[in-house]
Amino acid sequence: MAEDEVILLGFWASVFGIRPRIALEEKEVKYEYREELLVGNNKSPLLLQMNPIHKKIPVLIHNGKPICESLIEVEYIDEMWKDKALLLPSDPYERAQARFWADYIDKKLYDPAKKIHITKDDELEAAEKDLIEVLKMLEGVLGDKTYFGGDNFGYLDIALIGFYGWFPTYQTYFNFSIEAECPKIVGWGNRCMQRDSVAKTLPDQRKILELPKLIRQRLGIE
Amino acid sequence: MATKGVKLLGVWASGYVNRVEMALKTKSITYEFIQDNLFYKSELLLKANPVYKKVPILFHDEKPICESLVILQYIDEAWSNGPCILPSDPYDRAIARFWASYVDQKWFPLVLDLLNTEGKTEKAALLEKMSEASVLLEEAFIKISKGKSFFGGDRIGHLDIVLGSTLGWVKANEIMNEMKILDERKMPSLAEWDERFCSDKVLKDIIQQPEKLVETFREFREIKKAASN
Repeated sequence: MAEDEVILLGFWASVFGIRPRIALEEKEVKYEYREELLVGNNKSPLLLQMNPIHKKIPVLIHNGKPICESLIEVEYIDEMWKDKALLLPSDPYERAQARFWADYIDKKLYDPAKKIHITKDDELEAAEKDLIEVLKMLEGVLGDKTYFGGDNFGYLDIALIGFYGWFPTYQTYFNFSIEAECPKIVGWGNRCMQRDSVAKTLPDQRKILELPKLIRQRLGIE
Repeated sequence: MATKGVKLLGVWASGYVNRVEMALKTKSITYEFIQDNLFYKSELLLKANPVYKKVPILFHDEKPICESLVILQYIDEAWSNGPCILPSDPYDRAIARFWASYVDQKWFPLVLDLLNTEGKTEKAALLEKMSEASVLLEEAFIKISKGKSFFGGDRIGHLDIVLGSTLGWVKANEIMNEMKILDERKMPSLAEWDERFCSDKVLKDIIQQPEKLVETFREFREIKKAASN
C-alpha cells in the first residue's frame, strides 16, 4: 500500500497552527512539518498555492490535496484516521457542544488574546478584562473534568491549548496572572502538557517570551 | 430516530434560521417553529442561548443547540437514517465545511452590511467586495459540483443549504438597489444553480420570498426610526 504523504504548513507560535499538529501526533500519523516565515510577507509559494483564498497557516496537504482552516483540519484528521484516538465525541449532542465551544474560542478568545499584545492603556485593560471573562466561561464548561473531552483529550482541548502556550507572556509582560484568575484552566493546561503530543508541539517558553517585545517594537508601541 | 420534541426557535426573516428549516425539511424531520420577537428577546431565547442571545436555536428533546452551522451538522448526525446532507468522503466534507465557513465569514456579512449602508461610495465599495466573493463562489461551484446540479451533487447538500439560505437577502438587496448581484452573465453556473435550488420541491415553500423580505426590512426600519425619535 502506498504511503500517505502528509505535509503541514505552520508557524511555531500560532494558536491555530498547533491544532492539526497535535491531532496528527495524537493519531501517530507520520507527517512533514514545514515552518512558514510569517514575518515580513515571506509566505511560501506552496502556501499561496494551497490556500489562495485566505493565504494563512495552517494548511494540511494530504497526498497533494490541501485542507485549510485549523478546526476543519482537526475534523478531517479525526475522520481519515479513525482507528486511533478519536478526538470528537461519538454522541451527536456532545459533538455539537464541542463544535459550539471551539467556535466560541475562535470568535471570542482570539481577539482579546491578540489585542493584549498590540494595545496599551485603556484598550489593553479592556482586552485583559475580555480575555479573563472568556476564560472564566470556558472554566465553567470544563468544570471538574480532566479534559474538556471528559476522560479523553479531544477536539475542544486541542482548540484551546495553543492559547495556554501564550499565558507566560501575560505574566511576564503585563504582570497579569491567568493562574490567579482562572486556576482550573491553568491546571487543565498543565495536565495537557503531560501528553507527548502537546509537550512536543507547544512553543518553547523561552522563545515565546521573546515574541511580545518584537511585536510591540515592530508596531512602535511602548 | 424519534422526531418528536423537535422545536426551532427563530425569526422568519433570518437567513440563519431559514437554513436550519431547510436542513430539517431535507431530512423530513417534523418540527415546531416558535417565532421569537424581532424587537425583544424572549426568556426562552436568553435561557437557551446565554452566550450569544441569538436565533436560531434548535431544541431536541428539550436540549438546545445553537449556531446554525453547528445545528446543521447536528441534524445530519442525529438523524442518520435519512439522506446525508454532508458528503460522505472526508475530503469532500472538509471542502464543504471550508466554503460554508467562507459564506458565513465573508459572503453573508457583506450581504447584510449592504442593507444598512446608505452612501453611494460605501455601497460601491461593498458591491465590489461582493463581486469578488461571488466570483470565488462561482469557481467553487464549478469545481465542487463536478458538472452536477448542486454543490452536493445530484441532491441538495450542506453547502447548497448554507449558501442558498443567503439568497433571500441577496435578492432583497437587488430589489432595493435596482441592480443584479448574482449576475447570470458573470456567474452563469451559480445563476442556474440558484434557479434549481429555489424551485426544489421540498424547499420552495420555505424559501424566503425577496419581496416579503423587502417589506419586512422597510417596516423594521420605520419602527426603529420611530422608536429613536
